[in-house]
Amino acid sequence: MTNNLLIMPLLIPLIAAVLQIFGMRHVPVQRWLGGIAVIVNVGVAVWIVITVRMEGIQTLAMSGWAAPYGIVFVADMFAALLVLTTSILGAVCLFYAFASIGEEREKHHFYPFFQFLLVGVYGSFLTGDLFNLFVCFEVMLVSSYALIVLGGTKRQLQVTLKYILINIVSSSLFVASMAYLYAAVGTLNMAHLSQRVSEAGQDGIIGVIAFLFLIVFGLKAGLFLFFWLPGSYAAPPSVITAIFAGLLTKVGLYAIIRTFTLIFYHDTGFLYTLIGWMGIASMVLGVIGAVAYRDVNKILVYNVVAGVGLIAFGLATANVAGIEGAIFYMLHDMIVKALLFLLAGIMIGALGTTNLKDMSGLIKRYPFTGWMFFITGLALAGVPPLSGFIGKLLIVQGGLERGWYTMTIISLIASLLMLYSVMRIFMLAFWGKDRPLIDDRAVFQDSPEVKREVYHEWSPFRPRRLMAASSVLFAFVILIGLGAGWIQTFVAQAADVLVHPTLYIQAVLKE
Amino acid sequence: MEVWMSIAVGILFAVAVYLILSRSLLRIILGTSILTHGVHLLLLTMSRLKSGAPPLLGEESGSYVDPLPQALILTSIVINFGVTAFFFVLAYRSYLKLKTDDMEEVKMESDE
Repeated sequence: MTNNLLIMPLLIPLIAAVLQIFGMRHVPVQRWLGGIAVIVNVGVAVWIVITVRMEGIQTLAMSGWAAPYGIVFVADMFAALLVLTTSILGAVCLFYAFASIGEEREKHHFYPFFQFLLVGVYGSFLTGDLFNLFVCFEVMLVSSYALIVLGGTKRQLQVTLKYILINIVSSSLFVASMAYLYAAVGTLNMAHLSQRVSEAGQDGIIGVIAFLFLIVFGLKAGLFLFFWLPGSYAAPPSVITAIFAGLLTKVGLYAIIRTFTLIFYHDTGFLYTLIGWMGIASMVLGVIGAVAYRDVNKILVYNVVAGVGLIAFGLATANVAGIEGAIFYMLHDMIVKALLFLLAGIMIGALGTTNLKDMSGLIKRYPFTGWMFFITGLALAGVPPLSGFIGKLLIVQGGLERGWYTMTIISLIASLLMLYSVMRIFMLAFWGKDRPLIDDRAVFQDSPEVKREVYHEWSPFRPRRLMAASSVLFAFVILIGLGAGWIQTFVAQAADVLVHPTLYIQAVLKE
Repeated sequence: MEVWMSIAVGILFAVAVYLILSRSLLRIILGTSILTHGVHLLLLTMSRLKSGAPPLLGEESGSYVDPLPQALILTSIVINFGVTAFFFVLAYRSYLKLKTDDMEEVKMESDE
């Protein structure tokens, strides 16, 4: 089904961003434009999900150039669900940013960059062309470079240099592996690629190319090759970290899942086992990091790495249960990780430090935030009525069906440690003796400079609004858990296309 | 011809890796630039080199060159141009702020 709706999630933020650049001196104008754009986009995303639900996979051939020749956009249920989750995350983070990002950043193009980031993310999810995926990746990455360094503190400059370098190298590898793939099979349309690879067989040269793609996307997703991630994600303000943790690594994961279920799905032996072990390694190393550090941001960042590992493990099982679990857990993970960073932002804003040693007694002043954090922590670990449970259960089921008992047990132990690391934040930061908030401390009132460095931002700290924004995401954590059976039907439809690539190919190439 | 181009690509990659692994920030940026040049050349080589034919697929033309890789390279060059420009500006800013362009001195934050 050709449907012009598919371009809307890109067009809306793109137009908003361009208008925002023109209105750069007027912060209220920028806020209104951004706010309207993200809310309209939630509506569009819901519409896409409903359409895909009713009518099956939607495609859009740009300028009417039919599939293998022109660029196509494809929305199967997997992409549609991710677009919906992204739009919700984008809306919540934008409203959180209104109350926390500070006027300096607002005047220096925070909002346009935010919208461009969303353009790149939506594009990556919807595109059906490998080179277009690269372009959308770059749109997203260039905005992320700008967002991560915006503010220009020493720490941000230090980490951005490394972040850009690693991404340029991985993007170059991406183009190089695309060159090899083009030489081998002569197309870059994903559906067409899938056909050609099936015909040629996935051994020898194509196996090597698949491995190259795994390295490239692994670098982007932080799957095992995550050495660049903890430093970069811990530097910018909480809201930016939240959107990065919720979206950027997941785009890399999406690319892994898409390419390895649609194109390189023939070799389930070596490559899938490798992905499984990479996932397990990320989980183990991630939880070790999460348990070892005493810095709120660091602990949560290492939890992001562990989450990526679990989703990759779900994919690697290559059976219906595992893939359904991976999709379900990915949707949950995007929301929960962003929410944890948003809540941590409130804690950091209140006490002016990220170090757990200097945090305690927040529960008296912020009881609601405290209990939200507690319940989100339980959801992260997959405690039954909450959002993480079904996903984790399905992944475990998939692992057992595949016969990977050791790996499944390791993943369960890692989940427990994830829970421990988040609960430790809760206990140390919210319990214990009361401390003066940063605004009450005499030291900072004399020297705003010190305060800025501590905050990592020029923040107008408005906890009520921050809590209001966070509680929207929190509602989703509860609702996904309670409505798991209903959402499961959507996830099953998504997994069906991933397990049967011919459905995707037929929809795109219309044979 | 393809073989010679492949060797050229290999040399570019080697130079780029050497530069990226050095300590000076400017050399690193030049390294990334050369790396992407190498990748573009690779992309061109991978689509078979043919001389004397236009990148047009006409009804009458007997021979033609595949235009797709050229379009891809063009896109990639534009993206790389933007990223390199941004990287240079960032390097300048961090030189002003951190007072060094030596990556050894641009240390990570104190890891507790």
